Amino acid sequence: MKDISLFLGCVIPNRYPGIEKATRLVLDRLGVKWSELKEASCCPAPGIFRSFDKVTWLVLASRNLVLGEEKNTDLLTICNGCFSSLLDANNILKNDSVLRNEVNAHLKKIDKEFRGTIEVRHIIEFLYKDIGTEKIDQLIEKPLELRVAVHYGCHLLKPTKDRKLGGAECPVFFDELVEATGAESVPYEGKTSCCGAGGGVRSAMLETSLKMTEYKLIRMKKAGIDCIVEACPFCHLQYDGGQAELEKAGKIFNIPVVHYSQLLGLAFGYTTEDVGLHLNAIRNPEFESKIAQIQKKGITIK
Amino acid sequence: MKNSEILTCFQCGTCTGSCPSGRYTSLNVRRIVKDSIKKDISDQPDLWMCTTCYNCQERCPRGIKVTDAILSLRAEAVKKGRIMPAHRAVCKFLIEMGHAVPIDDIHVTIREKIGLSEPETVRKYPKALKDVKTLLASTGFNELIQE
Repeated sequence: MKDISLFLGCVIPNRYPGIEKATRLVLDRLGVKWSELKEASCCPAPGIFRSFDKVTWLVLASRNLVLGEEKNTDLLTICNGCFSSLLDANNILKNDSVLRNEVNAHLKKIDKEFRGTIEVRHIIEFLYKDIGTEKIDQLIEKPLELRVAVHYGCHLLKPTKDRKLGGAECPVFFDELVEATGAESVPYEGKTSCCGAGGGVRSAMLETSLKMTEYKLIRMKKAGIDCIVEACPFCHLQYDGGQAELEKAGKIFNIPVVHYSQLLGLAFGYTTEDVGLHLNAIRNPEFESKIAQIQKKGITIK
Repeated sequence: MKNSEILTCFQCGTCTGSCPSGRYTSLNVRRIVKDSIKKDISDQPDLWMCTTCYNCQERCPRGIKVTDAILSLRAEAVKKGRIMPAHRAVCKFLIEMGHAVPIDDIHVTIREKIGLSEPETVRKYPKALKDVKTLLASTGFNELIQE
């Protein structure tokens, strides 16, 4: 197995850097051999750029993939959009020699060549397959007694034939990772439904996208949860920023939004500030004091 | 849509019933599939209401790649210059800064406050940004999104 390079993308470093910090902390705690992927660009985002021009989308994605190939490391994404673009582009270019030649003709202008020597990973499937819930469970210092609404996000799972992570109707692997932290993954209606952000809908039709978000938030709230846990900064932005936008219309949910890297950080004993949860638009004092209470408890001896 | 697979559609409506956007918008995936057989529908604004969640594609009993087809129709619209202003702005960010969502001053400060330096992305490396620009010019993307 190759070492990994951390692929940051856009939304994490530029809007929710707390997720980046939490990811660094938890990868170190887990003893994962990782390094930065320097010089990477936007993945590029599947919603708009894949729609606009497939070759441009492939060329820019291939440049990012080649940066990993040059280091001989796999790429670890912490965003469903980055995972979608880079995994799909990697598969297409490995299997379609006509497109690969076309892409390499463009890459030649910057002295690069796609060879197809690395894999693209997503932190959730990476933790599940390569680390495992048992090891995570053993490393937990502060079991999180929380009721959690898990949101997988569309592009972690679909298209299922390309993701190869099982079915998309009733997946369990992410729930198992969440429960390894001591939290309870609570069932709720519409669990696998979209957050509403993707496909360029958030950027061009905010109101439409928020209707889909509200659909989800109503059902999550009804399930009686402490927080949402997701695996994608764009879902994170849609739920967190989206709640702030819905508040302007008098629709109050006040549900904290937590990326899995941040949740795992909390369970490893880092504070809400350490993992950047204080940078969310939605701050819920009740949730933060609940976490502080958990943090005050001594290390649980298993 | 120029593929024969689409002709196997028997209009069951599973796609429309599975669509999170169609719940609130005029997006009707079943009708898009039906109409795309006989006419050019790339002008329809509904195509841009799809979040690309892939529910329709996953659940289609005929295995029609519905979401991929919507992406192809969008590409045809873009070739004709039908680009929404917000999407054009995102494209310009990519061309100028290598990121669809570039960093701003507020987030530079936030990063510093939580002990993170400048992101190790294309933004920090001028030669890398030049490479990205070379590629976007090479594929014709710059001209594609011009007004």
